[in-house]
Amino acid sequence: MTSALNPKYSFDTFVVGAANRLAVTAGRTVAESPGAAYNPLFIYSGSGLGKTHLLMAVGHAAKKAAPKLNIEYLTLDEYVEAFHASVAAGQGDAFRRRFQNVDVLLVDDVQFLTNRKEMQSELLRLTEALQAAGRQIVLTSDCPPPDIADLDERLISRLSGGLVVDMGTPDYETRVAILRRKAEERGARFEPGVLETVARAEVGNVRELMGALNRLVAFQAVNDTSINAETVKQILGLGGGEGEGGAAPPGDGRAAAAAKSGGGDEFGEFLADVTVTVGKAVEAWRARVGEAVLRWEGEGYRTHRLEALLQRDAPAAVDDAIAAFAGDVERLKALEAEVADLDPQAAGQSVFRDPERLREAEEAAAKVRAGAAPPPGPSAAFPLAAFAVGPSNQVAVSAARAALERPGKKYNPLVLVGKSGLGKTHLLNAIGLELARGKRAVVACLSTQAFVDELIAAIDGNRVDWWRGRYRRATALLLDDIQLLAGKERTQEELFNLFNLLQDKDRQLVFTAPAHPNTLSGLEERIVSRLEGGLVAELKEPDRDVKRAVLERMLHQQGVNPEPALIDYLADRPTDSVRSLVGLLQRVVGAAAAQDGPLSAGLAREVLEGQSARDTRRSSGFRTSGLVVSSLGGIKSREKVVWDWIDVADRMIEEFR
Amino acid sequence: MSLVNFTTREITCKIVYYGPGRSGKTTNLHYIYGRVPDSRRGRMVSLATQTDRTLFFDFLPIDLGQISGFSTRFQLYTVPGQVYYNATRRLVLQGADGVVFVGDSQARQLDENLESLQNLQSNLLEHGVDIRTIPLVLQYNKQDLPRELILSPADLDDALNFRGVPSFSADALHGKGVFETLKGISELVLKKLAAGTAA
Repeated sequence: MTSALNPKYSFDTFVVGAANRLAVTAGRTVAESPGAAYNPLFIYSGSGLGKTHLLMAVGHAAKKAAPKLNIEYLTLDEYVEAFHASVAAGQGDAFRRRFQNVDVLLVDDVQFLTNRKEMQSELLRLTEALQAAGRQIVLTSDCPPPDIADLDERLISRLSGGLVVDMGTPDYETRVAILRRKAEERGARFEPGVLETVARAEVGNVRELMGALNRLVAFQAVNDTSINAETVKQILGLGGGEGEGGAAPPGDGRAAAAAKSGGGDEFGEFLADVTVTVGKAVEAWRARVGEAVLRWEGEGYRTHRLEALLQRDAPAAVDDAIAAFAGDVERLKALEAEVADLDPQAAGQSVFRDPERLREAEEAAAKVRAGAAPPPGPSAAFPLAAFAVGPSNQVAVSAARAALERPGKKYNPLVLVGKSGLGKTHLLNAIGLELARGKRAVVACLSTQAFVDELIAAIDGNRVDWWRGRYRRATALLLDDIQLLAGKERTQEELFNLFNLLQDKDRQLVFTAPAHPNTLSGLEERIVSRLEGGLVAELKEPDRDVKRAVLERMLHQQGVNPEPALIDYLADRPTDSVRSLVGLLQRVVGAAAAQDGPLSAGLAREVLEGQSARDTRRSSGFRTSGLVVSSLGGIKSREKVVWDWIDVADRMIEEFR
Repeated sequence: MSLVNFTTREITCKIVYYGPGRSGKTTNLHYIYGRVPDSRRGRMVSLATQTDRTLFFDFLPIDLGQISGFSTRFQLYTVPGQVYYNATRRLVLQGADGVVFVGDSQARQLDENLESLQNLQSNLLEHGVDIRTIPLVLQYNKQDLPRELILSPADLDDALNFRGVPSFSADALHGKGVFETLKGISELVLKKLAAGTAA
């Protein structure tokens, strides 16, 4: 009755080429979801091109996908026989019931419906019933429904209602592929070029190809010699013009026909030659694309675009496509390298590995680029070496050095407090500079005011994320004058988050404030408590050592080799900050420059105390105005005394006259 | 004219047989015509004078059928060899994918060969084609003539083949070397196709 499905005929063993791709795709679709698409599926092709194979492959695949399916394969002849038998046995209804319960019905060779009116109406009825029940029908024939002679119009329209696909003769490449696979199945080995020669004979169908292969296998087995491309032609009667009946299939195959047309062997050879050359030329692009795929895949790039190219039969401008792909990859490389410099983490993104997403990659890179502008760094004008150290700031400087030794671990945060002009900013920047020496260090060192202004600009420009990202990358954050945060709620909020984030990552935080954080007003408690959590180091009014050091450095900077008396004098002057000391020095230096004279203690005294050198000499040790004048100076009241009455004698004379 | 059309999946090669008058270009085509099965060849168009000299050109289309999914056609042309038909020669040369230069092996025809070769170069240049880039093969025809009348292929190579292109000795009347020449030029043309698939 019905034939069993031949296990050899599955999709796995079906060689797909351009000529049968559509049919195979339709077959697979049908097998995956029987009854859902293409119902009925009507496949037609010439004899020996794989109809039966495909039909059985559909059956196998459907069975594999859903083992419970009732799948029936039979040729039309078997169907007719079964029908006749049941009618003879008076079981016509049973026959119909049997087929109406089939989930997938595969009928081979329906062209034999010709002249079988009763079978046509039976098949029509069955088709309608199965379709109504959502069951799949697949039919094959050697011609499309309308070409089957004497077929009922209704059946034609019914059979054509699903999908009608044809399978053509395989092209050269497919023929080679089929031969290779079959030779492999048979465990036969041939010299290179043998199968290609066989394939070159344009046989009309695969069966003939199998016949040719079988002859070769047999020849090789019998003669125990391996066949080469030349002997193939003799064995198969190709191109030699001999065309024996047993060899080349009679009347079929255009090459064979060509070969037989009296002495046309020259043309046959020419054709074979051209075929090989064209094959190479046309298919050369595949090799090039394949090469490119391998190359870029090896480098870790996605090659979907090139693979898609390979799927197509003959894409235009292959080289352009490859070149464009290569160009895109180069661009990706450049972008990734650029991003890696700015943000090593971002460089790992998959967009930099997929040329299809070049635009996204560009955007990502632009983002990184925009966010990568480093936050303001420390000022180079405040090196640590130039920071004058004395007992008054020893604590703060030691703390700074300790923080530098183990950034983020020892004193985090470090808060430098002290009045204005004591060198907080200098020390802050100095710490920043030292930290910035580290590899990959991104030190954000700026005044709190600038910090606030940046945030406002970022909010204004809708770039807060960018702004955050910028500071979050910082390996150290140093803010000057933290008291300016007072009342800036949003900034405090941002700083709070940034603070936590950086502290979690052991990144050094340094702040300066005019007084202990808990005395600052307008700062949120959570900020204050965090500032107190590290070390609060105070800078006190500069002591003599500090002042001397500052003076010496400043004078050296100006290229002056000062006399010790000047340093002593200035260091002893009562100043409450380094800044005012610097102010004093500036005045003296300015005066010296104006007089074009040397910098001396005398000049300094004269400038700062309004005393001429001569007066100084006179005053020393004299009692004047009831006050004892110390030659060292330092008594404030002396500055209030008018020592020099300018032209007073002249004026008195005038009045006495 | 594009050699390979990927949309219509066609390959069309135009091959022009060039050479001095009476060198045997049309004979080449006749021989090929005789060897191509009826189903594969179109009508050979030959516009000849009463004395059987090519007046305008010969045209032989050959259909090689489906090759690698491409329907492949060769169009073989000859040009009139006589000097005063230069305009026709130039016209026929237009869009050629390859040129077969059919030279006359007779020693006394050497100058004609040279002249025709130069004419080929200048006519190609008129179409903006460099003779060094177009596929070209030489055929030394009439090698069947008595030795004393002809130059050997080696001599002809020395005299004519200064670009070192493939050369074939032939006896077109009897078919010797005709298909070898055709194969030679086809290979060059198709290889060029491979190099420039982007066409």
